[in-house]
Amino acid sequence: MAWFKRSPWILHYNATSCNGCDTEVIVSLTPLYDLERFGIINTGNPKHADILAVTGSVNEKSVQVLKNLYDQMPNPKVIVAVGLCAISGCVFQDCYNVMGGVDKVLPVDVYVPGCAARPEAIIDGVIMACEILEKKYREQKKRRG
Amino acid sequence: MNSIYEVYQALSMIERVLVFLVLAPFAGGLLAGVDRKLSARLQGRYGPPVRQPFFDVLKLFQKERILVNKFQNFNIVLFFLFTVFSGAIFFAGADILLAVFGLALAGTFFILAGFSVGSPYSHLGAEREVIQMVSYEPMVILMAVGMYQVTGSFKVADLVQHQAPLILYLPGIFAGFLYILTIKFRKSPFDLSMSHHAHQEIVRGITTEFSGPALALIEITHWYENVLLLGMVYLFFGFNPWIALAVSLATYLFEIFIDMNYARFKWQLTFASTWLFTAVAGISNIVVLSIMK
Repeated sequence: MAWFKRSPWILHYNATSCNGCDTEVIVSLTPLYDLERFGIINTGNPKHADILAVTGSVNEKSVQVLKNLYDQMPNPKVIVAVGLCAISGCVFQDCYNVMGGVDKVLPVDVYVPGCAARPEAIIDGVIMACEILEKKYREQKKRRG
Repeated sequence: MNSIYEVYQALSMIERVLVFLVLAPFAGGLLAGVDRKLSARLQGRYGPPVRQPFFDVLKLFQKERILVNKFQNFNIVLFFLFTVFSGAIFFAGADILLAVFGLALAGTFFILAGFSVGSPYSHLGAEREVIQMVSYEPMVILMAVGMYQVTGSFKVADLVQHQAPLILYLPGIFAGFLYILTIKFRKSPFDLSMSHHAHQEIVRGITTEFSGPALALIEITHWYENVLLLGMVYLFFGFNPWIALAVSLATYLFEIFIDMNYARFKWQLTFASTWLFTAVAGISNIVVLSIMK
């Protein structure tokens, strides 16, 4: 059964964001948008999370933390790149310390555009990520037989 | 009105245990769902569906099993088994003392599980859980003692069928029990060791290193525990099943209300206030009872 769709738990990590997208992620949890009505919880713990929402471009320092968080998440797991910086590095892409978007280091499944990304777009992206989560679980089950 | 008791007495002890084992997770999960929905409504949000806790647990069983060390899940399984054991003892109508001590042992295994992993957050959560246990345990035992003073029996089957309302003899004990119930339900202001709410200063406390099926088991254990604790509330009003059920439910709603209205206490305040309340409400109640007899 499709339980992942009913209860995706998010881990939010700020790689090098200006806090614009971070605020929007938090805003989508407030009474106006209320992510929890879809069963979505913002956990602070990678071991409980299904979806990794990354905001901001990846730099030489944050890449270790980002990879560490990703490795600690149990399978199946999905990455959502929130905002333009997480997608491509945006205006920071030529900085000497910036590696670029999240997809330079980890496999990104959903791109949520916007500077800053709108809460509606974030919710849409997370719902899309749920479908991918389901697909990954089915593939994983098939591989194990 | 006493049809509930007639059905209860018609069942053998084994049957009572089986009914508890099957029904308690559903009741507990539903209560958890009502909790989340109501909490959301109190915060002005729409909230998840009432079945959400079941979705969460079913999802967690599908997640990958990650172990930090091999003792980790052993402790969690024992935590589960002893909680279910004390619930079974209680609802079978056997000794309430055994149920109380079984619950304490289950709590001990939960603390050991927290200490068995390397995460500092988990250790901090486990240390706080020890403090919580020291805070609430006297009151739980005083409850059993107070009930014995009134009825002359430790057997739950006798307690629940006692003709006189226990609440009239034990108002202080009931108030004290209500106070520590907030700790047992892991509600604010006493949710120091682990919280159901999103952000906590020590990540997820004791459950930080538990993922997938182990976390699901912790959640199910929590459901069993909640049903058992509400059963203990029921005992105070056992003279009338309908009043007792209504009060048990009202207690749960009251705890949600408290949860929404308080910020988290420091451990010093948790410990001092709980023991003070236990002394003032619980012990004085027992002293008065023993003088009156």
